[in-house]
Amino acid sequence: MDAPAPKPPGTLPRFSATFDPHTISEIRRAAATGIYDIRGFGAKRKLPHFDDLLFLGASISRYPLEGYRERCGTEVVLGTRFAKKPVELKTPVTIAGMSFGALSAQAKEALGRGASTVGTSTTTGDGGMTPEERGHSSILVYQVLPSRYGMNPDDLRKADAIEIVVGQGAKPGGGGMLLGQKISPRVAAMRNLPEGIDQRSACRHPDWTGPDDLEIKIEEIREITDWQKPIYVKVGASRPYYDTALAVKSGADVVVLDGMQGGTAATQEVFIEHVGIPILAAIRPAVQALQDLGMHRKVQLIVSGGIRNGADVAKALALGADAVAIGTAALIALGDNAPELEAEYEALGTVAGAYDDWHEGRDPAGITTQDPVLAARLDPIKAGRRLANYLAVLTLETQTIARACGKSHVHNLEPEDLVALTVEAAAMAGVPLAGTNWVPGR
Amino acid sequence: MPDVDLSETPLRELNRALHALEPGTNETHWHVANPAGRHSIAVGLDAPVTVEIGGNVGYYCAGMNKHATVHVRGNAGVGLAENMMSGVVRVDGDASQAAGATGRGGLLVIGGNASGRCGISMKGIDIVVGGSVGPMSAFMAQAGTLVVLGDAGEALGDSIYEARLFVRGTVKSLGADCEEKTPTDEDRSILADVLSRAGVAADPSEFRLYGSARRLYHFHVDNVDAY
Ligand SMILES: Cc1cc2nc3c(=O)[nH]c(=O)nc-3n(C[C@H](O)[C@H](O)[C@H](O)COP(=O)(O)O)c2cc1C
Repeated sequence: MDAPAPKPPGTLPRFSATFDPHTISEIRRAAATGIYDIRGFGAKRKLPHFDDLLFLGASISRYPLEGYRERCGTEVVLGTRFAKKPVELKTPVTIAGMSFGALSAQAKEALGRGASTVGTSTTTGDGGMTPEERGHSSILVYQVLPSRYGMNPDDLRKADAIEIVVGQGAKPGGGGMLLGQKISPRVAAMRNLPEGIDQRSACRHPDWTGPDDLEIKIEEIREITDWQKPIYVKVGASRPYYDTALAVKSGADVVVLDGMQGGTAATQEVFIEHVGIPILAAIRPAVQALQDLGMHRKVQLIVSGGIRNGADVAKALALGADAVAIGTAALIALGDNAPELEAEYEALGTVAGAYDDWHEGRDPAGITTQDPVLAARLDPIKAGRRLANYLAVLTLETQTIARACGKSHVHNLEPEDLVALTVEAAAMAGVPLAGTNWVPGR
Repeated sequence: MPDVDLSETPLRELNRALHALEPGTNETHWHVANPAGRHSIAVGLDAPVTVEIGGNVGYYCAGMNKHATVHVRGNAGVGLAENMMSGVVRVDGDASQAAGATGRGGLLVIGGNASGRCGISMKGIDIVVGGSVGPMSAFMAQAGTLVVLGDAGEALGDSIYEARLFVRGTVKSLGADCEEKTPTDEDRSILADVLSRAGVAADPSEFRLYGSARRLYHFHVDNVDAY
């Protein structure tokens, strides 16, 4: 009897690049539930970003500054156009708007403590101002959002600046979202909503549409606050040239531009990953609009969306921004996604570093939750200290790069200090591909 | 009794003077002449004074009002008494879009008609409209009472939460998740109280009540058409 023929070699199971395991799991999830995936965090796929840029540093033709002897200024003044009391920051890194509701009161307090230690601002969010955050933030920006949850003229007068939110990078064209698990009695009372319901928020402002109305709206807020406070206008990056020009035309003191990597507490995954443009692609058109109007550095530009380190800050400033804002990185500095909590993340079906179900209110770090037991885990003093340390590092790193480029102030960084590693980044940032003098499209 | 003529005095000066008033001020009754449709007249007031405005006003008149009584002897533009907190705002004529938007308290009385989105996102304000209201009124209305003596336009109370909408005339259509309700004694007494504070003589039994069907309070795929 012949021996059975040996099995011919087979190929390994091969996953489709198009239908990759994550995609397949998403189709199965959608089929089982009938609802789109909602999550927190920002865009997770690889996008053209600041990593695709490099600084040239000083050489024979330019000389650097001595790190420990020669001053490199980091202060920034926001709101010099119309406000009687502009905001003065010691570092160009600010804390972005994140609502009480999305975040615990302890987290808001920690953000205030950390930011105040290093002389920068924090921002309220889609849910009003809490006494905790006002009390612990030496400089607080008060958001005016489409929902107007908690909107109150007393808080407007208590704020150091006012930010009219037209959109955010995670969801340009979308409204706020807070699911029932997080509508605690306190959150419900602040927002005038029934407890425990899935809140729907408008994406358009209730009392103005379009730039002509916005101009009148800004004038109203200035009149209410006696022209004291800077007024920012925040937009998600999609058409940055026109949005910046229209914000300036409407009378903004400061434009806040949030790229698609920008974090969110709760948004549809499809929105996060597919609407808006990366911040890398948005800064130059916004700066161009300011320059075309003769308003660069007169109307300040704050940019955000995926800022992680001082190199990102320095690159944003070199492209023409006056300051940056951070959300996700600030939460990580407070203790979000900490490896010590690994067992608890696994119990939630995820792992430390990938946890993004910030909308569910079950955050083991006590940050994106309204559960009093979980929230009590976050020590606002210790978390605030970690944030202050992190902000100090961002500032030092930014100065390190600025000095290496020979700049006595971080605002002296300029596009000429940069080159790009990829053709895409060169085109988006309008700087030459490294080793060439080729700027695609120029 | 201060008199301010806006054809001579800049708006900034008027608002600054009104903001400077202390709660116990003697200057409790102000007259504003020649408003000429200016925007942001008497915004951000925070004292129990009365401001009478002799003519038409532009956008956001009496915006974010607290404690004060503002009386417009004319018509009002967009966003009348937006985000009002307390006090009383009266307009003898008509009001444009988004009257009483996001208001959190106080009483807004419009003698004539109000345009679309009257009471949008209202959060506790009481609004009485002598005439009719336009489309999308009380969109996402969260709390408070809207009383319409005339008719309501399309999509009344779309995506409404817990506000009460009373309409005496016809309703062109109801928005998503808004339904007619049988008024309870409590609803009737709330309506009677609002009417009497507004100084409007109308029989509460002639109004129909609309409110939330509460079907959109928790997302469910079977309600997907409503989203
Ligand atoms: C938890 C969380 C809540 C947020 N809430 C708001 C908000 O209420 N209003 C707003 O304008 N942006 C909100 N954002 C967006 C931030 O203001 C900011 O634009 C974004 O986080 C910046 O990008 P980054 O997270 O990559 O730093 C939120 C972001 C996060 C992470």
